[in-house]
Amino acid sequence: MNGVHDMGGMHGLGPIQLEKNEPVFHARWEARVFALNRLVGAWGKWNIDASRHVKELIPPAEYFRISYYEKFLVGMTELLVNSGLVTRAELESGKPARDSKKMSPPLTVDKVPLFVAKGCAGQPQCARRGEIPRRPARSRAQPQSHRSYAASSLRSGEARYHRTGSRRICLP
Amino acid sequence: MDGTRRGFLKAALTAAGATTTPLYAQDQGRGSGQVVPSDPALRVKSLESLLVEKGLVDPKASTRSSIPTNTRSDPVTGARVVARAWVDSAYKQRLLANADAALAELGYGGLQGEHMVAVGEHSLRAQPCGLYPLLLLSVAVLGLPPVWYKSAPYRSRSVIDPRGVLRELGLDLPASVAVQVWDSTAELRYMVIPERPAGTETLGEEQLADLVTRDSMIGVAKVSAPQVRGRL
Repeated sequence: MNGVHDMGGMHGLGPIQLEKNEPVFHARWEARVFALNRLVGAWGKWNIDASRHVKELIPPAEYFRISYYEKFLVGMTELLVNSGLVTRAELESGKPARDSKKMSPPLTVDKVPLFVAKGCAGQPQCARRGEIPRRPARSRAQPQSHRSYAASSLRSGEARYHRTGSRRICLP
Repeated sequence: MDGTRRGFLKAALTAAGATTTPLYAQDQGRGSGQVVPSDPALRVKSLESLLVEKGLVDPKASTRSSIPTNTRSDPVTGARVVARAWVDSAYKQRLLANADAALAELGYGGLQGEHMVAVGEHSLRAQPCGLYPLLLLSVAVLGLPPVWYKSAPYRSRSVIDPRGVLRELGLDLPASVAVQVWDSTAELRYMVIPERPAGTETLGEEQLADLVTRDSMIGVAKVSAPQVRGRL
């Protein structure tokens, strides 16, 4: 997919803005989004590819406008609705629907340390994908998937560009 | 047409830096005045209470997993790995050949660090789709990435103008130094083993680890010997 997220090689996006003594999170809500994203992900209703895909569907102008953790929030909200865990009506009202049954979360506080220590392998849904073949350095391929590739090639001799690696995903 | 597009991008970029919180704008001198239509803090609060009420998340777990213990900008775990590689060349070879196994030797690994690759010095890690060698909570190798690393300017330019990007970040490399850009996949995370600075021959592993910065492991800064250490 050559959406706006695949911005490698684009011009005109301005200088890099450094921040001295940058905190891990700039606001409490960012930390909450970060945590909630992990916890709802533990339901195993979507994999990492799906979670990237929904963020990449954010309209380009919005994608540039909103911050990194707002994209997290948008993506997580979409996945919650798409998977049926939450309805749009519930999101709007902020209350569970009358007929909704209270569920038991899969990732309880006692399981968090193991989840963190083992990572993906700590989840039963974990599956490994095959090797992704090494891409030619000047490929302008635009696959119809969430994966991004640098949109531009590099001038000869200036630098070398690598894109390689095996992938692992958590299947739903 | 072209001018319009450029104008749009410029406006979008200014806004992207200023949206979430005034904190971003303060020392950055970025354009402020962009009003977020709906306060994300309120949206998150409302969503969280809905998720808890529906039994979709454990409120205790959400509190606990929200705070990565690695809040330093010079991540301890990654620094220890680098220091070991500096003092033990056999370990460095193993790290370069199979980072996952070499990290496991030191007891490191875990969430978002399942697939690490270590590369030699003078490499710039690029991330056109917003990735970073991050490990969260107790097993952080490099910690959570800084905002600039996830920003459009870094993501767009690191693959086409790596030397310019490095210069902007305060690292002016002579033409004799080759630059390699490594681009991650959705799960693969990189760490750079930076060059060991001259004049550190007498230092022990622990003292060496203290010198290693996050930025040096991203590949955008050199490690300085103790007396001249400075940037970031």
